[in-house]
Amino acid sequence: MSTTIPETDHDLVGGPDQPLQVLAEDGTRHRSPTLDPLLTDLDQDALADLLADMTVLRAIDDEAVALQRQGELGLWPPLKGQEAAQIGLSRALDPDDFLFTSYRENGLAWLRGVTPAEMLAVWRGTALSGWDPFARRMATPQVVIAAQTLHAVGHAMATRTRGEDGITVACFGDGATSQGDFAEALVFAASFQVPVLFFCQNNQYAISEPIGVQSIVPLSHRPVGVGIPVLRVDGNDVLAVRAASRLAAQRIRAGGGPMFLEAVTYRLGPHTTSDDPTRYRDEAELDRWRRRDPILRLERHLEQLGAPVEQVRARAAERAAEAATALRAALAELTPPDVESMFRHVLETEHPGLVRQRDQLAALEASLGPALGEDS
Amino acid sequence: MTMAQALNAALADELAGDDRVVLIGEDIGTLGGVFRITDGLKTRFGGERVIDAPLAESGIVGTAIGMAYAGQRPVCEIQFDGFVYPAFDQIVSQASRLRYRTGGFVAMPLTIRIPFGGGIGAVEHHSESPEAYFAHTPGLRVVTVADPQDAYSTLRAAIRSEDPVIFLEPKRRYWGKGEVDRTLRADLDSARVLRPGRDATLVAYGPLVLTALEAAVAAEDDGIDLEVIDLRSLAPLDRATVAASVRRTGRLVVTHEAPGTVSLAAEVITSAIEDCFDHLEAAPERVTGYDIPYPPSAFEEHHLPGIDRILDAVDRTLGRRHSREVRA
Repeated sequence: MSTTIPETDHDLVGGPDQPLQVLAEDGTRHRSPTLDPLLTDLDQDALADLLADMTVLRAIDDEAVALQRQGELGLWPPLKGQEAAQIGLSRALDPDDFLFTSYRENGLAWLRGVTPAEMLAVWRGTALSGWDPFARRMATPQVVIAAQTLHAVGHAMATRTRGEDGITVACFGDGATSQGDFAEALVFAASFQVPVLFFCQNNQYAISEPIGVQSIVPLSHRPVGVGIPVLRVDGNDVLAVRAASRLAAQRIRAGGGPMFLEAVTYRLGPHTTSDDPTRYRDEAELDRWRRRDPILRLERHLEQLGAPVEQVRARAAERAAEAATALRAALAELTPPDVESMFRHVLETEHPGLVRQRDQLAALEASLGPALGEDS
Repeated sequence: MTMAQALNAALADELAGDDRVVLIGEDIGTLGGVFRITDGLKTRFGGERVIDAPLAESGIVGTAIGMAYAGQRPVCEIQFDGFVYPAFDQIVSQASRLRYRTGGFVAMPLTIRIPFGGGIGAVEHHSESPEAYFAHTPGLRVVTVADPQDAYSTLRAAIRSEDPVIFLEPKRRYWGKGEVDRTLRADLDSARVLRPGRDATLVAYGPLVLTALEAAVAAEDDGIDLEVIDLRSLAPLDRATVAASVRRTGRLVVTHEAPGTVSLAAEVITSAIEDCFDHLEAAPERVTGYDIPYPPSAFEEHHLPGIDRILDAVDRTLGRRHSREVRA
């Protein structure tokens, strides 16, 4: 198996430090010889759909943050600002492609048909993970940083050995690129020419630590060293992310080996609802990135095309409101299961030691009798 | 055949019988593994079934988890016990809990083979006994074997298990010989009474099973009749077999190579106290490696439990004169 980068792909390796872009901040359409051929199928309706998708994700995110503030969720990791990255990737994949993600990819989960109750269960604390990974073609969220990059590589190796179609995608953030598992995943992927896409949402911060603490060069320089071709795109440009993801997926599907895509974006909110970003970043920086908001950018582009933007916006708002309502309604489904369920699924079969502990707990609870106030 | 050959036969039979079985590890292909356990398997089954991996333990276990996700049944080889620690997170944070955290959706039919223990005069990091770390982690099965037949049957059972199995191979017993019947099946749950006895129960596993049997033969000279139990499954533990034995003998000695503090011996003894305290005639004893990092090989004959240390502990449980009294 060769690890040489094909001659024709040299423009994908390294590349300019300026990420590939199709839509400028003011919504003007750039020409991009690399990405334009992958965008010819997008008409005005398709652009409006992308805008609606992003609006829905933002509404879900805002609603989840509100639910956390109201004490309904234990924690929430906001994705606000990263809508274009997650939708751009999702709209470039086939339904059979399998995703291994971190915990901030709730947008991807939504687009894979994960229900609101399945999505909120972890954050409400009624389950450790909420959905059937095989039904959704998406593993449940990974909390240990970069651990899932290896799972994606192994999954892709097995998929190829078994002669199945479909590529595997590993999603992670900038912090993950500092982890040993990420480095090992790159080596395995390159050495075995594995059909895997490494999709990095570089949102500039690992909790409080800016990208400069993880890397002094663009993250996309790293895979080049092991022979993995890279693309670096403006992650707030939904068209660029979609086109670049398609390009990468097509190349991998055609047997071209692994690829790495760095989507340069920004987390507008905190890392999770537990931290205070005003301690580690200033208002001027935030303003700069607010001007690059992926939703505003596509709206401006639609305006320039002469699309009925008010109508588009209204329709998107309607869908967003429905999604937010569904999210809140899902809380009713999220009651803790019976305590006995805590002992299930440790091993395939029950083992006597665990049965003993479960019975001890049940006996103790029974011996404590009804709570005070019920006893009369 | 030797235990090494028995393990090779088990891998070959599983590879031949189920195309979902895949082996991955460093040097396991062309070389056949540093202990030759996978000798000839790459030639027979090809490089996609017997994978020579990059030198990265977390990568080996992590990619194997992904393979299991995709429906394969990977068998990882960790080259030596002391090299498993870089893969620790993938084992204890990932493989062990995928079934639990997904509410049963994701099975992990993953086997991690680790040559373990000392006694072969190796340099550091090549003689460790890491079993307690894994036995402490819910969601893992931890098993070890003592003779060629048990090695063959138990490895096949491990590969067929739907749970992740830490499969510990006592490397100083690789070259020991015995009959192997390929039709015999094993489970992963039960200890076995290797030798019935009247006076005390001696519990061992892995490399020390043979030592325990030799100790029992030596004890006969003193008129002591030892019952020897091979624990086999370190997690979950077969408490019932140990308790039944202790109820017969009233005395318990547990021996292994790992340090004794927070150890399998501590767990077996505590379990026996919980299960059959009324039957104990004396305080149980543990005969283990000392609480030191594995020492230079010049010292290993002192560090590793041998017949004398085991019989000394047996004497104490029987209230007989023993070395501790002599020193006092």
